[in-house]
Amino acid sequence: MDLDINEYLDIFVEEANEHLQDMNYLLLELENDHSNKELLNELFRIAHTLKGMAGTMGFEKISNLTHIMEDVLDGFRDDKIGINTHIVDVLFKAFDELEYSINSIAETGEEKTQNYENMINMLREILNEDEEDLLKSLYDSGDNSEINEYVLNIIEKASDEGLNSYKVRIKLEEDCMLKAARAFIIFNTVEKFAEIISSNPSVEDIEDEKFNLEFEITIITKYKEKDIEKEIVNISEVNEISIIPIKPNKKAKEKKSNSDVDKYKTKVSKKKPTKRVSKVGKTVRVDIDRLDNLMNLVSELIIIKTRMEDLSGSSNKEDMNEAIEYLERITTNLHDAVMKVRMVPIERVFNRFPRMVRDLSKELGKEINLVMSGEDTEVDRTVIDEIGDPLVHLVRNSIDHGIEKPDERIKMNKDKVGVVKLIAYPDGNNVVIEVEDDGKGINYEKVKEKAIKKGVISENSAENLSKDEIIQLMFSAGFSTTEEVSDISGRGVGLDVVKSKIESISGSIEVNTEENKGTRFTIRIPLTLAIIQALLIKVSDEIFAIPLSSISEINNINVKDIRKVQGQEVILYRGKTLPIIRLNEIMDIKDESERKEAKIVFVKKGDRQAGLMVDNLIGQQEIVIKPLGKYLSGIKYLAGATILGNGKISLILDVNSLF
Amino acid sequence: MESVNGGKYVIFKLENESYGLNIKNVLSIEKVQEYTRVPNAPSFVKGVINLRGEVIPIIDLKNKLGYGNVEIDSNSRIIVALQEEVVVGFIVDSSSEVLEIKDENIDRPPRTGENKISEYIKGVGKYNGRIIMIMNLEKVLED
Repeated sequence: MDLDINEYLDIFVEEANEHLQDMNYLLLELENDHSNKELLNELFRIAHTLKGMAGTMGFEKISNLTHIMEDVLDGFRDDKIGINTHIVDVLFKAFDELEYSINSIAETGEEKTQNYENMINMLREILNEDEEDLLKSLYDSGDNSEINEYVLNIIEKASDEGLNSYKVRIKLEEDCMLKAARAFIIFNTVEKFAEIISSNPSVEDIEDEKFNLEFEITIITKYKEKDIEKEIVNISEVNEISIIPIKPNKKAKEKKSNSDVDKYKTKVSKKKPTKRVSKVGKTVRVDIDRLDNLMNLVSELIIIKTRMEDLSGSSNKEDMNEAIEYLERITTNLHDAVMKVRMVPIERVFNRFPRMVRDLSKELGKEINLVMSGEDTEVDRTVIDEIGDPLVHLVRNSIDHGIEKPDERIKMNKDKVGVVKLIAYPDGNNVVIEVEDDGKGINYEKVKEKAIKKGVISENSAENLSKDEIIQLMFSAGFSTTEEVSDISGRGVGLDVVKSKIESISGSIEVNTEENKGTRFTIRIPLTLAIIQALLIKVSDEIFAIPLSSISEINNINVKDIRKVQGQEVILYRGKTLPIIRLNEIMDIKDESERKEAKIVFVKKGDRQAGLMVDNLIGQQEIVIKPLGKYLSGIKYLAGATILGNGKISLILDVNSLF
Repeated sequence: MESVNGGKYVIFKLENESYGLNIKNVLSIEKVQEYTRVPNAPSFVKGVINLRGEVIPIIDLKNKLGYGNVEIDSNSRIIVALQEEVVVGFIVDSSSEVLEIKDENIDRPPRTGENKISEYIKGVGKYNGRIIMIMNLEKVLED
């Protein structure tokens, strides 16, 4: 019977990712609390589950890697291996490898072809196993167990014939320009006195320069180590050579007894799913209560439908109105219920940060305490996917640019340990996420300098900028505060990308900063993206929708009160000078009407406000947001479209892009 | 020049010329319905329509090909086309037939034209003495 693995792939990816998250978390905890056996047991259990899952799915490489990880964890349990930072680092790296692999499975349905020899070797070194085992593990992790056996067989035969087998590890110099060519020369040289029976990475990969600086070959020769070394050392750009003799023994035989299992494994792996065209779909885990609630509401819908059918014959208007009210109540509840199904705790995004902060603080030599709260705040699943990258960027920024080095902090009379806070909380129809640090704050002068240097702004116009406007400069394209491009931030992705990403999910971002006290980024995102409350307005005879969440006030103003400041129409309103935007102008609609009074919809973006001049107000309505589609994705000022009750389409204004 | 797929083509007319669009790219043919203008869109984007709950942009193909603007009458149709993930509707003067044109009956487009049209045509099909210009949908949607 053919098992369709595709069917289980989604589940595998989802669960594997969850397990990895948990493992990251547990290992972090374990690093702080070495003696906690419970954590260790839990970690071991999850690694074991993951191994089993991967094995069942035929992802042999993942399964191999987790197997060795398990061995290391087992060593912890039996106190054979002490937990130290190096080992934890290696384990984290292994987790990363697994994550890449699982991502690759999610995208293509196949394991990455690359092996984990390096990773496995590092783990083996921890386990302190002898070289033969190392070799064996190396071959175990290979693509095809037959080849491994083949190599071992050759080694055995060679030894019978009195030839020596060696594993030669060659490291090229770091500034070696043509690695592949250099490797080719080495291969040629070696082949003069020895037979190369295998290489890692494979010869093809080496030819394609798919290796770092190191590669490893297994050779058979009658020469001794010293002679081999002499030959290779003469080649330029070779940095390091290590030669390990291989003595064939029972290990190879033992392997054969294992081959039953191996054969089974290869069989499974052959059934790898054919290339999937689509990625793994987005999934949401739902509490059964929420689904029950949905079901109840749907049955109520059916009841009201029957009731309305009965009523359609009668002319009693009161009954009809009552029924419509009832229907309205149900649809509102249904909407709520469906939204709740789509809600996921933001924990899913936050989970990755403890690990990230740990790695970064080590890398940068800074001491950082990450404080997280509100992880159980729920947001729409689509928001979860979009918010991850911007948050990563902001947290990286805080650590890289915000928090000072420990000695600097002590000089400033600050606690040696810097604090980065990641806080989420619901606020009305929005969710607020704050990334806060107690670092050095944003240096306005430096930002200004940078902006001028980068050509974001001219020197003249930079002079009179307010602090707020200077902050806004950081969000312009082409601006990045890092002097030197570090690995942490400044990967060519700046705050402008963060901003546009957040705006693409109808969110906004604000910055508060105080010199030497710290910086706080406040992100505000809507709870859901699919259905919103909106105000419908008319400009000439076209209807537009403005999201209610961005409206602060509606008022009539006297047209005479509108002034012009540097070509921009403004109005003094409640003590503030607010820009006035004539919708008909930006929407390219002719306006002939002469009016004394104008209807203004005041909209807000963060703490900034502007007034939109409209012709008529229609009213508030719940609207379903429909995307404009890929073809029209770049159109200015529009966030999407919605279908009105009469079937006509009305466009939704993207308030964030208006001012 | 990429090869032109043989097979069936939805035939439509612009200015009395016949054009063909590979049927695998055609989702449906609709009567022209009321559309909502999209401000700040390129001039050949007429607007968006509500097609059974989906918002679909409609393109004035005549404008896009440089013939001026389409005049909508009772013969006008919207051809809803799909290219990869992009769904658009083309307004055409009329559309009423599907023809099967074999690959060998499709010639390369004449290379002389410097006008917009030649970019958007990937072949010239012959069918019983008629000339049918095969549209290069990818190119039309590209810019």
